[in-house]
Amino acid sequence: MSQERVELTLTVNGERHDVRVEPRKTLADTLREDCGLTGTHLGCEHGVCGACTVLVDDEPVRSCLMFAVQCGSQAIRTVEGLADGDRLHPIQQAFWEHHGLQCGFCTPGFLMLATSVLESRPDIGDEELREVLASNLCRCTGYQNIITSVHAARDQMRS
Amino acid sequence: MIGESVLRLEDQPLLRGEGRFVADINLLHQLHMRIVRSHAAHGTIESIDAAEALDVPGVVAVWTGADVADIPPIDFRQVGADQMVPYRQPILAQDRVRYVGEPVAAVFATDPYIAEDGAEAVVVEVSELAPVLDAAGALGDFDGRLDTEAYVFTEQTGDVDAAFARAGHVLEAEFSVGRHTGVPLECRGAVAVHHRNTRTLEFLGAAKVPFQNRDALARMLGLPPSGVVLREAHVGGGFGVRGELYPEDVLVALAALRLGRPVKWIEDRQEHLVAANHSRDQRYRLRVATDVSGVVEGLEVEFISDQGAYVRTHGATVATLAAAMLPGPYRIPNYRVTGRVRLSNKTPAGTYRAPGRYESTFVRERAMDAIAAELGIDRAEIRRRNLIGSEEMPFERGVDALGTPVVYDSGQYEMMLDRVMGHIDYRALVASLAERRANGELVGLGLGFFVEKSGLGPFAGSRIEVDPSGSVTVTTGEASVGQGFETVMAQICTEVLSVELDTVSVVHGQTDQMSYGMGAFASRATVMAGTATHAAGVALRRRAIEVAAEMLEASPEDLELVDGAVRVVGSPTRAVSLGAVASALGPASPHVQDRPGLVAEEWYTTSHMNYPYGLHAGVVVLDPDTGSVGIERYVIAYDIGRAINPMLVEGQIVGGAAQGLGGALFEDFGYDEIGQPLVTTFMDYLMPTAAEMPDLEILLSEDAPSPLNPLGVKGAGEGGTNACGAVIAAAVDDALGRPGAVTSLPLTPERLHTLCRSGGGSS
Repeated sequence: MSQERVELTLTVNGERHDVRVEPRKTLADTLREDCGLTGTHLGCEHGVCGACTVLVDDEPVRSCLMFAVQCGSQAIRTVEGLADGDRLHPIQQAFWEHHGLQCGFCTPGFLMLATSVLESRPDIGDEELREVLASNLCRCTGYQNIITSVHAARDQMRS
Repeated sequence: MIGESVLRLEDQPLLRGEGRFVADINLLHQLHMRIVRSHAAHGTIESIDAAEALDVPGVVAVWTGADVADIPPIDFRQVGADQMVPYRQPILAQDRVRYVGEPVAAVFATDPYIAEDGAEAVVVEVSELAPVLDAAGALGDFDGRLDTEAYVFTEQTGDVDAAFARAGHVLEAEFSVGRHTGVPLECRGAVAVHHRNTRTLEFLGAAKVPFQNRDALARMLGLPPSGVVLREAHVGGGFGVRGELYPEDVLVALAALRLGRPVKWIEDRQEHLVAANHSRDQRYRLRVATDVSGVVEGLEVEFISDQGAYVRTHGATVATLAAAMLPGPYRIPNYRVTGRVRLSNKTPAGTYRAPGRYESTFVRERAMDAIAAELGIDRAEIRRRNLIGSEEMPFERGVDALGTPVVYDSGQYEMMLDRVMGHIDYRALVASLAERRANGELVGLGLGFFVEKSGLGPFAGSRIEVDPSGSVTVTTGEASVGQGFETVMAQICTEVLSVELDTVSVVHGQTDQMSYGMGAFASRATVMAGTATHAAGVALRRRAIEVAAEMLEASPEDLELVDGAVRVVGSPTRAVSLGAVASALGPASPHVQDRPGLVAEEWYTTSHMNYPYGLHAGVVVLDPDTGSVGIERYVIAYDIGRAINPMLVEGQIVGGAAQGLGGALFEDFGYDEIGQPLVTTFMDYLMPTAAEMPDLEILLSEDAPSPLNPLGVKGAGEGGTNACGAVIAAAVDDALGRPGAVTSLPLTPERLHTLCRSGGGSS
């Protein structure tokens, strides 16, 4: 049942967002409704599909399983922070060039997951990368082009 | 441009997190709806107490069946029949509940969290009745008057009895396919707002069949069709499930009217898995008469479709398609099929990618393998002996589907068989697998040949307009469910008008932008809207050249359209751009004939579908300890006549295969003995991940263009899915060295484990 709202400042993609939310409000809902960042999608709300993946202090998290009040002191990154103006992030560019998306609903989650793994482990091998990407669900692509895209992004980011 | 793998126009906003899916749409002062769902599989509603819910601050209304008793049940959109009318679903349960998840009340509140609080406070008392959980078992009671067999039909061609009388061999078999469905990553949702100033009800987020849904909503709510405007937003996957008119959609629209505020509803995953259409779930019994060489002379089939608790918008679509497409690529001159659509106390069912074909391909290809085994004929050879020859095209099957006779328009089936046999080096592969089996590995090959259907009519329209800047807008009444529709339409337009791809915008799924439209289903969008767009482009080009001829004082025969400008052949400096032609066509311009503007609208109509076809081949390795099926290799050959964008076609095939393989191996809506669903989260509904998917080999071919449209295209959406169940079953049989071992899907680890140990059949 409804709770007293608390004031909170979230830092998302380097910008401060002052919000007033119930303690029970998830990070995902807060990003979407209170910060206006609807690129983070909800596919299951129980931490399986990974569509809501965002980076909290550069670690990928399921934002449907975190409360906004847990994130007051961390740096949050979402899909909206990837591109540099007109220039797509290499991972976004790779998804575009290799048809790594169809309906695009799971895409933000995959982009954030891939960003985190390629930033922390730029030399990750193909097999391990496939295992990491198996954390998220996609229902359109059959994954083949997602894997190709992330391989391409890895090679691009290393060079 | 046609035939090139250009990058998608759709992708930029989706990659940047700037998509506009229905959950991303918010209107000022909106209310949020939450549905209270039945916790019982079957029973009589004794009472619904909403008092406590109404006390929750922020809850503004709670509706039960009594509040919406004046709204008729949701009608059939296709393949309806009078017998099925009593089995339609009301938007809220009236006096009985018939499946776990059935909407019984709707709570409206100022915040989605509060709406959920309110829904939890609604107390529903149900007096439980015995549920029907086996549609193939005894019929149950639907409403005190009717039983649970909603529809029975028979189709036949030739003389089946005579074929059996002279048969050299008769196979009898039973097969079943489990209950699984589309499960798009985006759950369903809707936003509705009543605009008093324009006297329209705007309904946002709906996709797939916006015009039919508009008409249905208008009928149910007592509004004129022009008083309801549907707007398609971004759509997170369709697969047949999304965009049919569901009870929740009607409730949202009705609430916007009655409560006088915008209303938003976003489904959660647990709801989706018990409330959105399930699919498949069919059980077959068949007899096949062949001569001694394995040529099929007669086929007699009876099957039961477990429709779940109500007959929804699809009517008997799935069963009808299963019946019509079951004979597939084989000649089978004498065929009789009886389909039974029966209700059970499970979630209602509808179409899912390759509806009726996934199931019937499994059955047909299982039967071909069984006949091959019984007669000692090679599995590829028995298929070859039965394939319809290219010289027999167009081939009349002698049965109807979706109100149109099944007439295969074109096909080079044997050529495809040869190509795949060559690609996998069939003889060598069979030999090497036999050797590996001899060394103790459980490894096997499966083949699955099939015919798909696509391009369902009867019409599609397209309007192309050029503005004075030269920007081109293609408007169709068709729809996108995330498959790349905009790019494909733009490519066709670009090909005809010789303009840059990024000058083209594509409008779809907006019912106030076009007079008529159908939508995105039955692999029809590229075939139907693509053909209409091509025709509109040709008409616009003709008009542009006519007007440019007047402007340039030249003869139209001397003009050509190149790089977005009309110019004189041989003297390219004498030219006017398409934008300049559009500028010269203002309402008062002397160039104007019928209507101002540089615009053309064309409608394509057809009474026939067209028929792509394909062949899957897969190699699996079994682990008898864990019961897992590893897919070592998977090849899909598919002929769609002509590929507008091969990259997107391959994407459709691979994605479709992931779904087909999921249904073959993992996805299964189980129920316990009192009808409680066992699968309500993604922890239970197991879809393939990147770890389970093999790297598919796609052999796209264009050997048999459709003679039914000028582009030669057939639909690409469902061939990746169609034969997966058949192929996995056959490969597992082969790995076990026990032909006919697999008779039902899915082959979950548990079932495979049992199969490996039992030495008997899978069911």
